[in-house]
Amino acid sequence: MTDLDKIRNFSIVAHIDHGKSTLADRLIQETGTVKDRDMQAQLLDTMDIERERGITIKANTVRIDYAADDGQDYVLNLIDTPGHVDFAYEVSRSMRAVEGSLLVVDSSQGVEAQTLANVYHAMEADHEIVPILNKIDLPASDCDRVAEQIEDVIGIDASGAIQVSAKTGQGIRETLEAIVKELPAPVGDENAPLKAMLVDSWYDAYLGVIVLIRVINGRLKKGERIRMMSTDAVYPVDRVGVFRPQMEMIDSIGPGEIGFLTASIKQVRDTRVGDTITHEKKGCTEPLDGFKPAQPVVFCGLFPVDSAEFEDLRDAIEKLSLNDASFSSEMETSAALGFGFRCGFLGLLHLEVIRDRLEREYDIELITTAPSVIYHIHMKDGTMQELHNPADMPDLTMVDHLEEPRIKATILVPDEYLGDVLKLCQERRGIQEDLTYAGTRAMVVYDLPLNEVVFDFYDRLKSVTKGYASFDYTLTGYREDFLVKMSILVNDEPVDALSTMVHRDRAEMRGRAMVEKLKDLIPRHMFKIPIQAAIGGKVIARETLSAMRKDVTAKCYGGDASRKKKLLEKQKKGKKKMRQFGRVDIPQEAFISALKMDD
Amino acid sequence: MLLQNSWLVVLTEDWQNGGFGLYVHWPFCQSKCPYCDFNSHVAAEVDESRWVRAYLSEIERYGKQTQGRTLDSIFFGGGTPSLMAPETVDAILTKARETWNISNNIEISLEANPTSIEAGRFKGYRDAGVNRVSMGAQALNDADLKRLGRLHTAKEATQAFDIAKKNFDRVSFDLIYARQHQTADDWRKELSTALDLALDHLSLYQLTIEAGTAFGDRYDHGKLAGLPPDDTAADMYDITQEICEAAGLPAYEISNHARPGAESRHNLIYWQYGDYVGVGPGAHGRITVNGTKQATETYLMPNKWLTEVEENQTGESLRNFVPMVDQATEYLMMGLRLSSGINLDRYEKLNGAPIPSLKLTQMCDDGFLIRQGQNLLPTQSGRVLLNAVLRELLV
Repeated sequence: MTDLDKIRNFSIVAHIDHGKSTLADRLIQETGTVKDRDMQAQLLDTMDIERERGITIKANTVRIDYAADDGQDYVLNLIDTPGHVDFAYEVSRSMRAVEGSLLVVDSSQGVEAQTLANVYHAMEADHEIVPILNKIDLPASDCDRVAEQIEDVIGIDASGAIQVSAKTGQGIRETLEAIVKELPAPVGDENAPLKAMLVDSWYDAYLGVIVLIRVINGRLKKGERIRMMSTDAVYPVDRVGVFRPQMEMIDSIGPGEIGFLTASIKQVRDTRVGDTITHEKKGCTEPLDGFKPAQPVVFCGLFPVDSAEFEDLRDAIEKLSLNDASFSSEMETSAALGFGFRCGFLGLLHLEVIRDRLEREYDIELITTAPSVIYHIHMKDGTMQELHNPADMPDLTMVDHLEEPRIKATILVPDEYLGDVLKLCQERRGIQEDLTYAGTRAMVVYDLPLNEVVFDFYDRLKSVTKGYASFDYTLTGYREDFLVKMSILVNDEPVDALSTMVHRDRAEMRGRAMVEKLKDLIPRHMFKIPIQAAIGGKVIARETLSAMRKDVTAKCYGGDASRKKKLLEKQKKGKKKMRQFGRVDIPQEAFISALKMDD
Repeated sequence: MLLQNSWLVVLTEDWQNGGFGLYVHWPFCQSKCPYCDFNSHVAAEVDESRWVRAYLSEIERYGKQTQGRTLDSIFFGGGTPSLMAPETVDAILTKARETWNISNNIEISLEANPTSIEAGRFKGYRDAGVNRVSMGAQALNDADLKRLGRLHTAKEATQAFDIAKKNFDRVSFDLIYARQHQTADDWRKELSTALDLALDHLSLYQLTIEAGTAFGDRYDHGKLAGLPPDDTAADMYDITQEICEAAGLPAYEISNHARPGAESRHNLIYWQYGDYVGVGPGAHGRITVNGTKQATETYLMPNKWLTEVEENQTGESLRNFVPMVDQATEYLMMGLRLSSGINLDRYEKLNGAPIPSLKLTQMCDDGFLIRQGQNLLPTQSGRVLLNAVLRELLV
């Protein structure tokens, strides 16, 4: 049992690569929570994809025991949150479970777009914020400048910012002291009825669903029966524990503490993130303010390359959804690609992560179709339909108008690249809302259509700014615009999986770019292949892929028969990676690559 | 000899459609050419008496498995078989005559490099029984010969060719085209010169960059400059067909041209999917033993092969049974290289099923194949895209 005033709950806010995971590693190591020999980099990032990409996707938690300079022992609970905009929702709800944040800024880089986005989540959650200037070991580190920038841009006092090098360990002790001294202790009543927040949940193959909770009032013990207040479902609690960062079972969790429970819950969908957990009997009456569930904003089709793997894909998707309630899927049939799933994601990174996991963990090769946003189709009869897939576009004679989702995008960029960024945003139909300076960095705010951003905007932004720009966005709403469905015809046959919604004014340009791309992506065949982009019946761009002229083995004698046979076998396998449309084989990567714009 | 397109009505075994030959591989060269991916090695010294004993032992072994057969052809390939002593060739041919029946008009070919030293051995080969030589001229100008790593000059090649013509009724030579820095016009001129020299047979190969060769390495490192682009190479193929046909040496196979009747009988055995015994390092064979087709391979490395034969009385490293459907595939792959094509009945008999008629019709409609009765012939555009045609038919 820990007194409330000896508990500190906090999260770390940072832009990607500013050293959040390394700092978390150091805090864990410094306090001896993990023995040196068990240390590995990015301790809290457990997924391969997280370690590989150096990002955090799922929130993770660790309980740290800390003997402070005042001679008292404290319990520090860290919830490590994702930095990426796709997982902003996960960030905001994690913030609700803690009282303070460490704001980590790379002192050689300064404030970035995600720093801003995440610090706003922390402010919304009424956090006490401790600014930390990281990477002071780097020659380019400039603490004064960055501290000033934090005050200018974010508007919090950074005069007492702690100077840290998570790499060398400098400033780690000071950080721990600041957590104890500057962050508030949680408030709660041990004797009140149990009130706990369901922060997150995920599926574990051995333990079933694991529920991460923050206890507000009361105490939860192993063996008790709990009630989920939103569903009234009742479960007996099998285990109660904390993360250090591996699971450690304890007997009970009291107010102010963060830990987990397991209760024979079969799937993640049975738990509502943000729900209030109480005892079955003598429970609390007032639930906490819930959070609304995360909604997918980007949709795309996932099809198995080998159509025989459809059932495997179905199983894999089911298993992944067990653990990720924000990822939606429904069966889809494409004339071109056969059976697959139309899946919804929180954003492009989320899409990539899910696709990577399906391919890696379940060994299924996938064809991913063009990502699409949700359009609102207002019909002439006054009804409104959501359009998740351009292939489902209804007959135009019945359509009154279309609306598309818009975002507010915040981009921070060094002055010298500002021109390129503005150009990119204009090309993507952006409307400038704000342009301010913080030192030599410009901060631009644009109102942009999501469909222009969803695909390769971030890649393009990185490329025109040599990686120096940072970007974040929030959805703002829907607006009417002149949108049309553009079809692609290969050898005079429409390929539904390549259909996209585009703005009419951009259609010729996009169509031209796509047919040119496809001309390079589709291998030459024995006959020439027309590739066209069309709106309705009107062709707006056309290329012709000329026929191959020579494909023959010059020498083939007695010793070559076996070799040639093996070559044919190999080609048979190669052909499996292609999809046939009429007589044309289209390589799987073409469905995504065709959309990339090199403008 | 078997005539093309003369299909025996009653057959006991499929190979008889293609004939029976013996291939002898001599693996040594004076130097390794940068484009060559054949099994060839440069050795300081070769104890020919040991090699002779090994060849004879292998012929005897295969002879027992193919008793009573009549040889239509013997071919000495390499490497550079014109480095063999005429006595070695003589011993091998004598052994072959003792082992099998010999067709009245047997073809006995030997690959030769066109240098004066080797031309000096031509009479000895003729006396041993060789009646056809195939000379590796490769190019007709000295700069290109040097680039191709050849040790002879264009002048030497012409002289050697004259000596060959004095000794043999049938002389062919090879040229490689689509070489570095070669234009379509260059090739047109060179080919005309070649046709002035030629008797009745020419092998004309497009330069192919093979992995594991010096050219392959250079190509991978971007250091093989001036290779004609694919479209130019395709033009060169078309030019080749046009010029050779006008000169009366039409293509009877993808890369082989002959006056009608002067085709290489030995190579026809491969393309008509007959049986062939392969002896020497790395030699492949296809022999029908007790009614089943078997694919044989021997050890690649010369010394390994030699000691295996000496110690274990076999140079074979691999013997696989070839199922009927695989035979059908091999027959189609090899047979469609010939202008005379394949026989669909024979294919169906091997495969147990005909080529799907939809695919066949499509390939004919597109002008890649022609059907004449039960024969299926590639057109010129079909031959130049043969790999793609085969993918359509087989994959």
